[in-house]
Amino acid sequence: MDELFPFIIAKYNYWASLILLFIGLYGMIAKNNLMKKIIGMIIFQTAILLFYVSIGVKQGASVPILFFSEDHQPLLEASAYANPLPHVLMLTAIVVGVGTLGVALAILQKIQRVHGTIEEDEILEDMRQ
Amino acid sequence: MKQLTLIILAACALIMLVAASELPDWADPASPASSHLSPGFIEQAYEATHTPNMVTAVLADYRSYDTMFETVVVFLAALIIMIILRRTPHRRFCKILPQRPQRKGSDTVLKGAAQMIIPVMQIFALYVLGHGHYSPGGGFQGGVIFGASFILLALCYNLRFTLTRFRERLVLLCCAGGALLYAGIGALCLSLGWNFLGYAALAEILGVSEAMARSHGILAVEVGVGITVMAVMVSIYYDLASGGDMYEGL
Repeated sequence: MDELFPFIIAKYNYWASLILLFIGLYGMIAKNNLMKKIIGMIIFQTAILLFYVSIGVKQGASVPILFFSEDHQPLLEASAYANPLPHVLMLTAIVVGVGTLGVALAILQKIQRVHGTIEEDEILEDMRQ
Repeated sequence: MKQLTLIILAACALIMLVAASELPDWADPASPASSHLSPGFIEQAYEATHTPNMVTAVLADYRSYDTMFETVVVFLAALIIMIILRRTPHRRFCKILPQRPQRKGSDTVLKGAAQMIIPVMQIFALYVLGHGHYSPGGGFQGGVIFGASFILLALCYNLRFTLTRFRERLVLLCCAGGALLYAGIGALCLSLGWNFLGYAALAEILGVSEAMARSHGILAVEVGVGITVMAVMVSIYYDLASGGDMYEGL
């Protein structure tokens, strides 16, 4: 028990993002409604964002913005700040996520307009006729 | 079929969960992600760019190519949505279109609240954009807040009123103009004999040190990013909410 608890503390961020990842993937594969598939895709994206941001965390570190002492000298010590790189990557990934979500919703509207439904099996039936 | 998917995915998840125990511990300062590139950025970014917020410095200076094409991606998303959805409804065709609920009367509370919130939101967006060097913020965040203020206007009034205030043509000009401003700064640096997006080239024009010139360059491209993101958010909302005909929104 004494070994298990530190192990859980050290790894639970990966578990959380992996579980979210597979919830999203399941939604994308198994759901019949295209809107629910898109929701699965967004959960998938969010899991990856969480994964990257949790990698950037450092014990005892602050946000990656420089501290200045009383005499305006910056504190330039790598251990004092969280890793800025994952934040940068995810900042841009969030915006691209909004772009993909917008395009997905636009395609969904077009599908609804053409076929009158967003259920996958009904669309396939409509296409066969 | 669903059960099969569930079983396969559960097996994959189990394998990956086992593999996750090999990954470095959470918040470990000596993890590979935090021990190779990032100390260099943290220690050198301020000296090289005079930007206390390292995220902004890395985003708009060290990784400025990435951010530029990210902006282009968002711009392309707005264009693609427009290509997919935009249409001009025919007079006789209008009757076939599904009837959307028409809003009757006026919502005094809603409009009054919007009138109070929207100016504050827009000033806050400009603050977030301009203060990105010293606090969390920057072009993407400021642009999204600014775009949200127009979406709030469209929700509390209606789409046609918003279209008279912020026309579609102007939205598209802003979309392209922001990306063009970003690329233009890069081309200006190139024409001065430095690398593309090497902001240190601006030092001679602005009459400041190279590090300060990089700080100003970051601000300039952040403004470009902010304009594009703001316009793209509004454009996506216009197209999705009206189904592409710009006639009646939500």
